[in-house]
Amino acid sequence: MGEEKIKNLEEQFEARILRDEKIEPKDWMPEKYRKTHIRQISQHAHSEIVGMLPEGNWISRAPSLRRKVALLAKVQDEAGHGLYLYSACETLGISREELYEQLHTGKAKYSSIFNYPTLTWADMGAIGWLVDGAAIINQVPLCNTSYGPYARAMIRVCKEESFHQRQGFEIMLKLSEGSEEQKTMAQDALNRWWWPSLMMLGPTDAESVHTEQSMKWKLKRKTNDELRQQFIDQTVPQADLLGLTIPDPELKWNETTGHYDFGVIDWDEFWQVVKGHGPCNKERMKARVDAWDNGAWVRDAAVAYAEKKQERKEKKAV
Amino acid sequence: MKVDLYNYILGIADNSLILGQRLGELCGHGPNLETDIACTNISLDLLGQVRSYYQYAAKIKNDNSTEDDIAFLRKERDYVNVLLVEQPNTDFAYVIVRQFLFDTFYYEFLNELQKSHDVTLAAIAHKSIKEVSYHQRFSSDWIKRLGDGTSESHQKVQAAVNDLFMYTDELFHQTDADIAMIADGIGVDTGLLKANYYSKITKILEEATLQVPEHKYFHKGGKQGIHTEHLGYLLADMQYMQRTYPNMEW
Repeated sequence: MGEEKIKNLEEQFEARILRDEKIEPKDWMPEKYRKTHIRQISQHAHSEIVGMLPEGNWISRAPSLRRKVALLAKVQDEAGHGLYLYSACETLGISREELYEQLHTGKAKYSSIFNYPTLTWADMGAIGWLVDGAAIINQVPLCNTSYGPYARAMIRVCKEESFHQRQGFEIMLKLSEGSEEQKTMAQDALNRWWWPSLMMLGPTDAESVHTEQSMKWKLKRKTNDELRQQFIDQTVPQADLLGLTIPDPELKWNETTGHYDFGVIDWDEFWQVVKGHGPCNKERMKARVDAWDNGAWVRDAAVAYAEKKQERKEKKAV
Repeated sequence: MKVDLYNYILGIADNSLILGQRLGELCGHGPNLETDIACTNISLDLLGQVRSYYQYAAKIKNDNSTEDDIAFLRKERDYVNVLLVEQPNTDFAYVIVRQFLFDTFYYEFLNELQKSHDVTLAAIAHKSIKEVSYHQRFSSDWIKRLGDGTSESHQKVQAAVNDLFMYTDELFHQTDADIAMIADGIGVDTGLLKANYYSKITKILEEATLQVPEHKYFHKGGKQGIHTEHLGYLLADMQYMQRTYPNMEW
Protein backbone atom coordinates (compact mmCIF):
# COMPACT_ATOMS: atom_id res chain seq x y z
CA MET A 1 0.00 0.00 0.00
CA GLY A 2 1.39 3.41 -0.93
CA GLU A 3 2.35 5.86 1.77
CA GLU A 4 -0.23 8.35 0.66
CA LYS A 5 -2.99 5.78 0.72
CA ILE A 6 -2.06 4.79 4.27
CA LYS A 7 -2.04 8.42 5.31
CA ASN A 8 -5.47 8.78 3.82
CA LEU A 9 -6.74 5.70 5.66
CA GLU A 10 -5.28 6.97 8.90
CA GLU A 11 -7.02 10.29 8.51
CA GLN A 12 -10.34 8.59 7.88
CA PHE A 13 -9.70 6.32 10.84
CA GLU A 14 -8.97 9.18 13.25
CA ALA A 15 -12.03 11.01 11.93
CA ARG A 16 -14.22 8.02 12.71
CA ILE A 17 -12.94 7.95 16.28
CA LEU A 18 -13.57 11.68 16.58
CA ARG A 19 -17.16 11.07 15.48
CA ASP A 20 -17.44 8.49 18.29
CA GLU A 21 -17.85 5.63 15.82
CA LYS A 22 -16.77 2.19 17.02
CA ILE A 23 -13.87 0.44 15.35
CA GLU A 24 -14.71 -3.21 14.67
CA PRO A 25 -12.32 -6.18 14.20
CA LYS A 26 -12.63 -6.29 10.40
CA ASP A 27 -12.10 -2.55 9.95
CA TRP A 28 -8.78 -1.20 8.81
CA MET A 29 -6.71 0.11 11.70
CA PRO A 30 -3.19 1.49 12.10
CA GLU A 31 -0.71 -1.10 13.33
CA LYS A 32 0.03 1.01 16.38
CA TYR A 33 -3.64 1.06 17.32
CA ARG A 34 -3.79 -2.72 17.06
CA LYS A 35 -0.64 -3.21 19.13
CA THR A 36 -1.64 -0.72 21.79
CA HIS A 37 -5.01 -2.40 22.16
CA ILE A 38 -3.48 -5.86 22.37
CA ARG A 39 -1.19 -4.57 25.10
CA GLN A 40 -3.90 -2.88 27.12
CA ILE A 41 -6.67 -5.48 26.73
CA SER A 42 -4.35 -8.39 27.45
CA GLN A 43 -2.90 -6.59 30.45
CA HIS A 44 -6.43 -6.17 31.67
CA ALA A 45 -7.28 -9.84 31.02
CA HIS A 46 -4.12 -11.00 32.78
CA SER A 47 -4.98 -8.81 35.76
CA GLU A 48 -8.34 -10.54 36.07
CA ILE A 49 -6.74 -13.98 35.99
CA VAL A 50 -3.86 -13.22 38.33
CA GLY A 51 -6.34 -11.29 40.49
CA MET A 52 -8.19 -14.54 41.14
CA LEU A 53 -5.25 -15.79 43.21
CA PRO A 54 -5.12 -13.41 46.20
CA GLU A 55 -8.86 -13.80 46.74
CA GLY A 56 -8.86 -17.50 45.90
CA ASN A 57 -6.48 -17.73 48.84
CA TRP A 58 -9.44 -17.20 51.23
CA ILE A 59 -12.14 -19.35 49.63
CA SER A 60 -11.28 -22.39 51.73
CA ARG A 61 -11.21 -20.28 54.92
CA ALA A 62 -14.18 -17.96 54.39
CA PRO A 63 -15.88 -17.42 57.76
CA SER A 64 -19.44 -18.38 56.82
CA LEU A 65 -21.25 -20.28 54.10
CA ARG A 66 -22.78 -17.08 52.80
CA ARG A 67 -19.34 -15.45 52.51
CA LYS A 68 -17.81 -18.55 50.96
CA VAL A 69 -20.47 -18.66 48.26
CA ALA A 70 -20.18 -14.91 47.58
CA LEU A 71 -16.38 -15.09 47.35
CA LEU A 72 -16.50 -18.09 45.02
CA ALA A 73 -18.97 -16.25 42.82
CA LYS A 74 -16.78 -13.17 42.81
CA VAL A 75 -13.63 -15.03 41.81
CA GLN A 76 -15.65 -16.85 39.18
CA ASP A 77 -16.79 -13.49 37.80
CA GLU A 78 -13.15 -12.52 37.48
CA ALA A 79 -12.47 -15.67 35.47
CA GLY A 80 -15.44 -14.69 33.29
CA HIS A 81 -14.01 -11.19 32.80
CA GLY A 82 -10.71 -12.76 31.83
CA LEU A 83 -12.51 -14.94 29.33
CA TYR A 84 -14.29 -12.17 27.49
CA LEU A 85 -11.33 -9.83 27.61
CA TYR A 86 -9.12 -12.53 26.08
CA SER A 87 -11.81 -13.03 23.45
CA ALA A 88 -11.88 -9.29 22.72
CA CYS A 89 -8.10 -9.37 22.43
CA GLU A 90 -8.18 -12.35 20.08
CA THR A 91 -10.24 -10.31 17.61
CA LEU A 92 -7.06 -8.28 17.06
CA GLY A 93 -5.31 -11.29 15.56
CA ILE A 94 -3.46 -12.85 18.47
CA SER A 95 -4.17 -16.27 20.01
CA ARG A 96 -4.89 -17.02 23.63
CA GLU A 97 -1.82 -19.26 23.74
CA GLU A 98 0.38 -16.36 22.60
CA LEU A 99 -1.20 -14.12 25.24
CA TYR A 100 -0.53 -16.68 28.00
CA GLU A 101 2.99 -17.09 26.71
CA GLN A 102 3.52 -13.33 27.09
CA LEU A 103 2.18 -13.46 30.65
CA HIS A 104 4.21 -16.48 31.65
CA THR A 105 7.48 -15.14 30.28
CA GLY A 106 6.95 -11.77 31.95
CA LYS A 107 6.65 -9.94 28.63
CA ALA A 108 3.11 -8.83 29.42
CA LYS A 109 2.27 -7.05 32.65
CA TYR A 110 -0.71 -7.30 34.98
CA SER A 111 -1.91 -4.99 37.71
CA SER A 112 0.75 -4.76 40.42
CA ILE A 113 -1.79 -4.72 43.23
CA PHE A 114 -2.17 -8.48 42.97
CA ASN A 115 1.43 -8.94 44.03
CA TYR A 116 0.48 -8.05 47.59
CA PRO A 117 -0.46 -10.85 50.00
CA THR A 118 -3.94 -11.44 51.45
CA LEU A 119 -3.23 -12.04 55.11
CA THR A 120 -6.59 -11.83 56.85
CA TRP A 121 -10.28 -12.13 56.04
CA ALA A 122 -10.51 -8.32 56.12
CA ASP A 123 -8.35 -8.26 53.00
CA MET A 124 -11.34 -9.69 51.12
CA GLY A 125 -13.27 -6.61 52.19
CA ALA A 126 -10.45 -4.19 51.45
CA ILE A 127 -9.84 -5.63 47.99
CA GLY A 128 -13.49 -5.37 47.05
CA TRP A 129 -13.88 -1.90 48.49
CA LEU A 130 -10.57 -0.31 47.43
CA VAL A 131 -9.12 -2.37 44.61
CA ASP A 132 -12.41 -2.91 42.79
CA GLY A 133 -13.29 0.70 43.62
CA ALA A 134 -10.13 1.94 41.93
CA ALA A 135 -10.67 -0.49 39.05
CA ILE A 136 -14.14 0.90 38.40
CA ILE A 137 -12.79 4.45 38.23
CA ASN A 138 -10.25 3.23 35.70
CA GLN A 139 -12.75 1.21 33.73
CA VAL A 140 -16.02 3.12 33.51
CA PRO A 141 -14.63 5.48 30.84
CA LEU A 142 -13.62 2.42 28.81
CA CYS A 143 -17.28 1.54 28.23
CA ASN A 144 -17.08 4.32 25.61
CA THR A 145 -13.69 3.47 24.24
CA SER A 146 -13.22 3.36 20.46
CA TYR A 147 -12.60 -0.36 19.96
CA GLY A 148 -16.04 -2.04 19.83
CA PRO A 149 -15.28 -5.48 21.34
CA TYR A 150 -13.38 -3.89 24.23
CA ALA A 151 -16.10 -1.33 24.93
CA ARG A 152 -18.78 -4.02 24.98
CA ALA A 153 -16.73 -6.28 27.25
CA MET A 154 -16.21 -3.36 29.62
CA ILE A 155 -19.91 -2.68 29.96
CA ARG A 156 -20.36 -6.18 31.38
CA VAL A 157 -17.22 -6.00 33.48
CA CYS A 158 -18.20 -2.68 35.07
CA LYS A 159 -21.65 -3.90 36.09
CA GLU A 160 -20.13 -6.83 37.96
CA GLU A 161 -17.27 -4.80 39.40
CA SER A 162 -19.62 -2.35 41.00
CA PHE A 163 -21.45 -5.26 42.63
CA HIS A 164 -18.10 -6.56 43.91
CA GLN A 165 -17.23 -3.16 45.27
CA ARG A 166 -20.46 -2.98 47.28
CA GLN A 167 -19.86 -6.52 48.49
CA GLY A 168 -16.36 -5.58 49.67
CA PHE A 169 -17.64 -2.49 51.42
CA GLU A 170 -20.29 -4.61 53.14
CA ILE A 171 -17.59 -6.99 54.45
CA MET A 172 -15.76 -3.96 55.88
CA LEU A 173 -18.97 -2.58 57.36
CA LYS A 174 -19.70 -5.85 59.13
CA LEU A 175 -16.17 -5.87 60.56
CA SER A 176 -16.35 -2.27 61.67
CA GLU A 177 -19.60 -2.97 63.50
CA GLY A 178 -18.10 -6.08 65.10
CA SER A 179 -15.73 -6.87 67.97
CA GLU A 180 -12.52 -4.99 68.73
CA GLU A 181 -10.57 -7.75 67.02
CA GLN A 182 -12.68 -7.35 63.89
CA LYS A 183 -12.26 -3.57 63.88
CA THR A 184 -8.50 -3.95 64.25
CA MET A 185 -8.52 -6.45 61.40
CA ALA A 186 -10.40 -3.97 59.19
CA GLN A 187 -8.06 -1.08 60.04
CA ASP A 188 -5.01 -3.22 59.42
CA ALA A 189 -6.34 -4.21 56.00
CA LEU A 190 -6.99 -0.57 55.11
CA ASN A 191 -3.47 0.33 56.25
CA ARG A 192 -1.93 -2.27 53.97
CA TRP A 193 -4.15 -1.77 50.90
CA TRP A 194 -4.55 2.01 50.82
CA TRP A 195 -1.25 3.02 49.22
CA PRO A 196 -1.10 0.14 46.73
CA SER A 197 -4.66 1.08 45.70
CA LEU A 198 -3.55 4.66 44.97
CA MET A 199 -0.65 3.30 42.94
CA MET A 200 -3.09 1.17 40.97
CA LEU A 201 -4.26 4.26 39.12
CA GLY A 202 -0.87 4.41 37.46
CA PRO A 203 2.24 6.60 37.57
CA THR A 204 1.86 10.37 37.85
CA ASP A 205 1.05 12.19 34.62
CA ALA A 206 4.63 13.39 34.29
CA GLU A 207 5.86 9.77 34.30
CA SER A 208 3.10 8.21 32.25
CA VAL A 209 4.27 7.30 28.76
CA HIS A 210 1.02 6.28 27.15
CA THR A 211 -1.40 9.03 28.15
CA GLU A 212 -1.50 11.31 25.10
CA GLN A 213 -2.04 8.67 22.44
CA SER A 214 -4.47 6.78 24.67
CA MET A 215 -6.55 9.91 25.16
CA LYS A 216 -6.85 10.31 21.41
CA TRP A 217 -8.11 6.76 20.98
CA LYS A 218 -10.42 7.05 23.98
CA LEU A 219 -8.53 4.37 25.83
CA LYS A 220 -8.28 7.04 28.44
CA ARG A 221 -10.60 9.93 29.20
CA LYS A 222 -8.85 11.33 32.25
CA THR A 223 -5.22 11.35 33.34
CA ASN A 224 -3.91 9.06 36.07
CA ASP A 225 -3.66 11.94 38.53
CA GLU A 226 -7.24 13.03 37.87
CA LEU A 227 -8.48 9.47 38.37
CA ARG A 228 -6.47 9.14 41.57
CA GLN A 229 -7.94 12.35 42.95
CA GLN A 230 -11.43 11.13 42.08
CA PHE A 231 -10.77 7.85 43.89
CA ILE A 232 -9.51 9.59 47.01
CA ASP A 233 -12.37 12.10 47.08
CA GLN A 234 -14.86 9.29 46.76
CA THR A 235 -13.24 6.90 49.25
CA VAL A 236 -12.41 9.15 52.20
CA PRO A 237 -16.07 9.70 53.20
CA GLN A 238 -16.64 5.94 52.94
CA ALA A 239 -13.76 5.33 55.35
CA ASP A 240 -15.35 7.87 57.71
CA LEU A 241 -18.60 5.96 57.51
CA LEU A 242 -16.74 2.79 58.50
CA GLY A 243 -15.03 4.60 61.38
CA LEU A 244 -11.65 3.73 59.89
CA THR A 245 -8.63 6.01 59.52
CA ILE A 246 -6.91 6.45 56.16
CA PRO A 247 -3.21 5.83 56.86
CA ASP A 248 -2.06 9.21 55.57
CA PRO A 249 -1.31 11.95 58.14
CA GLU A 250 -1.24 14.54 55.35
CA LEU A 251 -4.73 13.75 54.12
CA LYS A 252 -6.79 16.93 54.49
CA TRP A 253 -9.84 18.50 52.86
CA ASN A 254 -8.86 21.52 50.80
CA GLU A 255 -11.63 24.14 50.65
CA THR A 256 -10.02 26.01 47.81
CA THR A 257 -9.58 23.12 45.41
CA GLY A 258 -12.65 21.22 46.59
CA HIS A 259 -10.52 18.07 46.82
CA TYR A 260 -8.54 16.18 49.41
CA ASP A 261 -4.83 16.90 49.62
CA PHE A 262 -2.81 13.78 50.26
CA GLY A 263 0.70 12.64 51.11
CA VAL A 264 3.51 11.54 48.84
CA ILE A 265 3.18 8.14 47.20
CA ASP A 266 6.18 5.86 47.48
CA TRP A 267 6.85 5.44 43.77
CA ASP A 268 10.02 3.47 44.46
CA GLU A 269 7.84 0.75 45.91
CA PHE A 270 5.56 0.94 42.89
CA TRP A 271 8.37 0.49 40.37
CA GLN A 272 9.94 -2.21 42.48
CA VAL A 273 6.70 -4.23 42.35
CA VAL A 274 6.21 -3.51 38.63
CA LYS A 275 9.71 -4.80 37.97
CA GLY A 276 8.92 -8.10 39.65
CA HIS A 277 10.19 -7.53 43.17
CA GLY A 278 6.90 -7.25 45.05
CA PRO A 279 6.02 -9.53 47.96
CA CYS A 280 4.17 -12.12 45.83
CA ASN A 281 5.29 -11.63 42.20
CA LYS A 282 7.08 -14.96 42.13
CA GLU A 283 4.26 -16.90 43.82
CA ARG A 284 1.60 -15.44 41.55
CA MET A 285 3.53 -16.22 38.41
CA LYS A 286 4.42 -19.68 39.63
CA ALA A 287 0.75 -20.40 40.36
CA ARG A 288 -0.24 -19.35 36.83
CA VAL A 289 2.59 -21.21 35.12
CA ASP A 290 1.96 -24.34 37.20
CA ALA A 291 -1.76 -24.31 36.42
CA TRP A 292 -0.97 -23.99 32.72
CA ASP A 293 1.80 -26.60 32.67
CA ASN A 294 -0.09 -29.09 34.83
CA GLY A 295 -3.13 -28.64 32.62
CA ALA A 296 -1.30 -29.32 29.34
CA TRP A 297 -2.21 -33.02 29.27
CA VAL A 298 -5.86 -32.14 29.91
CA ARG A 299 -6.01 -29.65 27.05
CA ASP A 300 -4.18 -32.13 24.78
CA ALA A 301 -6.71 -34.81 25.68
CA ALA A 302 -9.62 -32.52 24.83
CA VAL A 303 -8.13 -31.73 21.41
CA ALA A 304 -7.31 -35.39 20.67
CA TYR A 305 -10.82 -36.48 21.69
CA ALA A 306 -12.48 -33.81 19.55
CA GLU A 307 -10.39 -34.90 16.56
CA LYS A 308 -11.28 -38.56 17.09
CA LYS A 309 -14.93 -37.70 17.36
CA GLN A 310 -14.78 -35.68 14.15
CA GLU A 311 -13.00 -38.53 12.34
CA ARG A 312 -15.64 -41.02 13.44
CA LYS A 313 -18.37 -38.69 12.29
CA GLU A 314 -16.75 -38.30 8.88
CA LYS A 315 -16.27 -42.07 8.54
CA LYS A 316 -19.91 -42.60 9.35
CA ALA A 317 -20.93 -40.07 6.74
CA VAL A 318 -18.91 -41.93 4.07
CA MET B 1 -36.00 -32.91 68.11
CA LYS B 2 -36.39 -35.37 65.26
CA VAL B 3 -32.95 -36.92 65.65
CA ASP B 4 -33.21 -39.33 62.75
CA LEU B 5 -34.36 -36.64 60.34
CA TYR B 6 -31.60 -34.31 61.53
CA ASN B 7 -28.94 -36.98 61.05
CA TYR B 8 -30.45 -37.95 57.74
CA ILE B 9 -30.11 -34.39 56.44
CA LEU B 10 -26.48 -34.23 57.58
CA GLY B 11 -25.86 -37.47 55.73
CA ILE B 12 -26.90 -35.76 52.51
CA ALA B 13 -25.56 -32.28 53.12
CA ASP B 14 -22.09 -33.18 54.43
CA ASN B 15 -21.26 -34.79 51.08
CA SER B 16 -22.05 -31.56 49.26
CA LEU B 17 -20.20 -29.44 51.82
CA ILE B 18 -16.98 -31.41 51.69
CA LEU B 19 -17.03 -31.81 47.92
CA GLY B 20 -17.88 -28.12 47.49
CA GLN B 21 -14.93 -27.26 49.73
CA ARG B 22 -12.58 -29.49 47.74
CA LEU B 23 -13.67 -27.93 44.44
CA GLY B 24 -13.27 -24.45 45.94
CA GLU B 25 -9.59 -25.21 46.55
CA LEU B 26 -9.12 -25.45 42.78
CA CYS B 27 -10.47 -22.01 41.96
CA GLY B 28 -7.87 -20.15 39.89
CA HIS B 29 -5.74 -23.24 39.25
CA GLY B 30 -7.68 -25.09 36.55
CA PRO B 31 -6.17 -26.42 33.30
CA ASN B 32 -7.93 -23.62 31.42
CA LEU B 33 -10.41 -20.86 32.16
CA GLU B 34 -13.45 -22.81 30.99
CA THR B 35 -12.87 -25.79 33.30
CA ASP B 36 -11.88 -23.45 36.12
CA ILE B 37 -15.21 -21.68 35.80
CA ALA B 38 -17.09 -24.97 35.55
CA CYS B 39 -15.50 -26.45 38.70
CA THR B 40 -16.21 -23.26 40.63
CA ASN B 41 -19.75 -23.39 39.35
CA ILE B 42 -20.25 -26.92 40.65
CA SER B 43 -18.77 -25.87 43.98
CA LEU B 44 -21.19 -22.94 44.11
CA ASP B 45 -24.17 -25.16 43.33
CA LEU B 46 -23.21 -27.68 45.99
CA LEU B 47 -22.63 -25.05 48.66
CA GLY B 48 -25.90 -23.37 47.77
CA GLN B 49 -27.65 -26.69 48.32
CA VAL B 50 -25.76 -27.15 51.59
CA ARG B 51 -27.18 -23.90 52.87
CA SER B 52 -30.74 -25.08 52.21
CA TYR B 53 -30.10 -28.41 53.93
CA TYR B 54 -28.37 -26.93 56.99
CA GLN B 55 -30.93 -24.17 57.39
CA TYR B 56 -33.55 -26.88 57.53
CA ALA B 57 -31.42 -28.95 59.92
CA ALA B 58 -30.95 -25.90 62.16
CA LYS B 59 -34.69 -25.44 62.28
CA ILE B 60 -35.16 -29.06 63.34
CA LYS B 61 -32.43 -28.73 65.94
CA ASN B 62 -34.30 -25.76 67.35
CA ASP B 63 -31.59 -24.57 69.77
CA ASN B 64 -30.54 -21.32 68.03
CA SER B 65 -27.95 -23.17 65.98
CA THR B 66 -27.31 -21.63 62.57
CA GLU B 67 -26.31 -23.14 59.25
CA ASP B 68 -22.75 -21.99 60.02
CA ASP B 69 -22.65 -23.70 63.43
CA ILE B 70 -23.56 -26.93 61.72
CA ALA B 71 -21.13 -26.39 58.86
CA PHE B 72 -18.12 -25.16 60.83
CA LEU B 73 -18.33 -26.13 64.48
CA ARG B 74 -18.57 -29.89 64.53
CA LYS B 75 -15.66 -32.18 65.40
CA GLU B 76 -14.12 -34.42 62.78
CA ARG B 77 -15.94 -37.52 64.04
CA ASP B 78 -19.29 -35.72 63.67
CA TYR B 79 -19.03 -35.23 59.89
CA VAL B 80 -20.85 -38.05 58.12
CA ASN B 81 -19.86 -37.51 54.48
CA VAL B 82 -18.72 -40.51 52.46
CA LEU B 83 -14.96 -40.99 52.10
CA LEU B 84 -15.11 -40.44 48.34
CA VAL B 85 -15.80 -36.70 48.54
CA GLU B 86 -12.97 -35.88 50.94
CA GLN B 87 -10.29 -37.38 48.67
CA PRO B 88 -7.75 -34.73 47.65
CA ASN B 89 -7.38 -32.90 44.32
CA THR B 90 -4.42 -35.07 43.33
CA ASP B 91 -4.71 -33.98 39.70
CA PHE B 92 -7.46 -33.13 37.23
CA ALA B 93 -8.12 -36.84 36.61
CA TYR B 94 -8.85 -37.42 40.30
CA VAL B 95 -11.05 -34.34 40.40
CA ILE B 96 -13.10 -35.55 37.45
CA VAL B 97 -13.35 -39.18 38.55
CA ARG B 98 -14.37 -38.18 42.09
CA GLN B 99 -16.99 -35.89 40.60
CA PHE B 100 -18.24 -38.50 38.13
CA LEU B 101 -18.56 -41.24 40.76
CA PHE B 102 -20.43 -38.87 43.06
CA ASP B 103 -22.62 -37.08 40.50
CA THR B 104 -23.92 -40.33 39.07
CA PHE B 105 -25.02 -41.42 42.53
CA TYR B 106 -26.33 -38.04 43.62
CA TYR B 107 -28.46 -37.59 40.52
CA GLU B 108 -30.19 -40.94 41.07
CA PHE B 109 -30.54 -40.13 44.75
CA LEU B 110 -32.13 -36.72 44.19
CA ASN B 111 -34.44 -38.15 41.60
CA GLU B 112 -35.90 -40.36 44.32
CA LEU B 113 -35.69 -37.74 47.06
CA GLN B 114 -38.06 -35.58 45.04
CA LYS B 115 -40.74 -38.08 46.03
CA SER B 116 -39.97 -37.76 49.75
CA HIS B 117 -42.90 -37.33 52.14
CA ASP B 118 -40.89 -34.53 53.69
CA VAL B 119 -41.91 -31.53 51.58
CA THR B 120 -38.81 -29.47 52.38
CA LEU B 121 -36.43 -32.22 51.33
CA ALA B 122 -38.52 -32.91 48.24
CA ALA B 123 -38.35 -29.22 47.34
CA ILE B 124 -34.58 -29.00 47.83
CA ALA B 125 -34.17 -32.16 45.72
CA HIS B 126 -36.38 -30.73 43.01
CA LYS B 127 -34.31 -27.56 42.84
CA SER B 128 -30.94 -29.33 43.09
CA ILE B 129 -31.50 -32.02 40.50
CA LYS B 130 -31.36 -29.53 37.65
CA GLU B 131 -27.92 -28.43 38.82
CA VAL B 132 -26.69 -31.96 39.44
CA SER B 133 -27.88 -33.06 36.03
CA TYR B 134 -25.47 -30.50 34.57
CA HIS B 135 -22.66 -31.65 36.89
CA GLN B 136 -23.20 -35.22 35.78
CA ARG B 137 -23.03 -34.23 32.13
CA PHE B 138 -19.86 -32.23 32.74
CA SER B 139 -18.04 -34.99 34.62
CA SER B 140 -19.18 -37.77 32.24
CA ASP B 141 -18.06 -35.77 29.21
CA TRP B 142 -14.66 -35.24 30.76
CA ILE B 143 -14.34 -38.94 31.62
CA LYS B 144 -14.80 -39.64 27.91
CA ARG B 145 -12.39 -36.91 26.83
CA LEU B 146 -9.67 -38.05 29.22
CA GLY B 147 -10.24 -41.78 28.71
CA ASP B 148 -10.42 -41.59 24.93
CA GLY B 149 -8.06 -38.62 24.52
CA THR B 150 -4.31 -39.21 24.53
CA SER B 151 -2.45 -42.21 25.95
CA GLU B 152 -1.22 -40.00 28.79
CA SER B 153 -4.70 -38.85 29.73
CA HIS B 154 -6.00 -42.41 29.42
CA GLN B 155 -3.38 -43.68 31.81
CA LYS B 156 -3.94 -40.85 34.31
CA VAL B 157 -7.70 -41.20 34.39
CA GLN B 158 -7.47 -44.99 34.65
CA ALA B 159 -5.17 -44.57 37.67
CA ALA B 160 -7.73 -42.27 39.30
CA VAL B 161 -10.58 -44.70 38.56
CA ASN B 162 -8.57 -47.56 40.08
CA ASP B 163 -7.84 -45.53 43.22
CA LEU B 164 -11.28 -44.04 43.78
CA PHE B 165 -13.52 -46.93 42.78
CA MET B 166 -13.05 -48.56 46.18
CA TYR B 167 -14.99 -45.67 47.74
CA THR B 168 -18.15 -46.23 45.70
CA ASP B 169 -19.76 -49.02 47.70
CA GLU B 170 -20.10 -46.75 50.72
CA LEU B 171 -22.52 -44.54 48.79
CA PHE B 172 -25.10 -47.31 49.29
CA HIS B 173 -24.48 -48.08 52.97
CA GLN B 174 -27.37 -47.28 55.25
CA THR B 175 -27.08 -45.77 58.70
CA ASP B 176 -29.73 -46.15 61.43
CA ALA B 177 -31.07 -42.73 60.46
CA ASP B 178 -31.27 -43.81 56.80
CA ILE B 179 -33.21 -46.95 57.71
CA ALA B 180 -35.62 -45.03 59.94
CA MET B 181 -36.24 -42.39 57.29
CA ILE B 182 -36.79 -44.98 54.55
CA ALA B 183 -39.39 -46.60 56.79
CA ASP B 184 -41.13 -43.22 57.17
CA GLY B 185 -41.23 -42.62 53.43
CA ILE B 186 -38.87 -39.65 53.85
CA GLY B 187 -35.55 -41.22 52.93
CA VAL B 188 -34.35 -42.83 49.72
CA ASP B 189 -33.73 -46.56 49.72
CA THR B 190 -30.25 -46.38 48.23
CA GLY B 191 -30.10 -50.16 47.99
CA LEU B 192 -32.50 -49.90 45.07
CA LEU B 193 -30.20 -47.49 43.19
CA LYS B 194 -27.10 -49.62 43.31
CA ALA B 195 -27.54 -51.82 40.24
CA ASN B 196 -28.50 -48.89 38.05
CA TYR B 197 -25.56 -46.86 39.39
CA TYR B 198 -22.98 -49.47 38.50
CA SER B 199 -24.47 -50.10 35.11
CA LYS B 200 -24.41 -46.37 34.31
CA ILE B 201 -20.83 -46.03 35.55
CA THR B 202 -19.77 -49.08 33.56
CA LYS B 203 -21.38 -47.79 30.39
CA ILE B 204 -19.56 -44.43 30.53
CA LEU B 205 -16.24 -45.94 31.54
CA GLU B 206 -16.43 -48.43 28.69
CA GLU B 207 -17.37 -45.70 26.27
CA ALA B 208 -14.27 -43.88 27.52
CA THR B 209 -12.22 -47.02 26.72
CA LEU B 210 -11.47 -47.46 30.44
CA GLN B 211 -11.39 -50.63 32.52
CA VAL B 212 -13.94 -51.05 35.28
CA PRO B 213 -11.92 -52.19 38.30
CA GLU B 214 -12.88 -55.51 39.80
CA HIS B 215 -12.63 -54.61 43.45
CA LYS B 216 -13.46 -57.14 46.08
CA TYR B 217 -12.75 -54.79 48.95
CA PHE B 218 -14.28 -51.40 49.47
CA HIS B 219 -13.54 -48.68 51.99
CA LYS B 220 -16.18 -47.44 54.37
CA GLY B 221 -16.47 -45.47 57.59
CA GLY B 222 -17.33 -41.92 56.56
CA LYS B 223 -20.99 -42.36 57.36
CA GLN B 224 -20.00 -43.35 60.90
CA GLY B 225 -17.60 -40.41 61.16
CA ILE B 226 -14.51 -42.55 60.68
CA HIS B 227 -12.69 -40.72 57.93
CA THR B 228 -9.46 -40.79 55.97
CA GLU B 229 -6.62 -38.64 57.29
CA HIS B 230 -7.42 -36.06 54.62
CA LEU B 231 -10.55 -34.75 56.32
CA GLY B 232 -8.81 -33.37 59.41
CA TYR B 233 -6.73 -30.98 57.31
CA LEU B 234 -9.69 -29.96 55.21
CA LEU B 235 -11.62 -29.10 58.39
CA ALA B 236 -8.69 -27.28 60.00
CA ASP B 237 -8.61 -25.05 56.94
CA MET B 238 -12.37 -24.65 56.59
CA GLN B 239 -13.03 -24.03 60.29
CA TYR B 240 -10.08 -21.67 60.84
CA MET B 241 -12.06 -18.43 61.14
CA GLN B 242 -14.91 -19.83 63.22
CA ARG B 243 -12.45 -21.46 65.63
CA THR B 244 -10.06 -18.52 65.88
CA TYR B 245 -12.77 -15.89 66.28
CA PRO B 246 -15.68 -17.58 68.03
CA ASN B 247 -19.14 -16.04 68.26
CA MET B 248 -18.68 -13.27 65.74
CA GLU B 249 -20.74 -12.09 62.83
CA TRP B 250 -19.12 -11.89 59.40
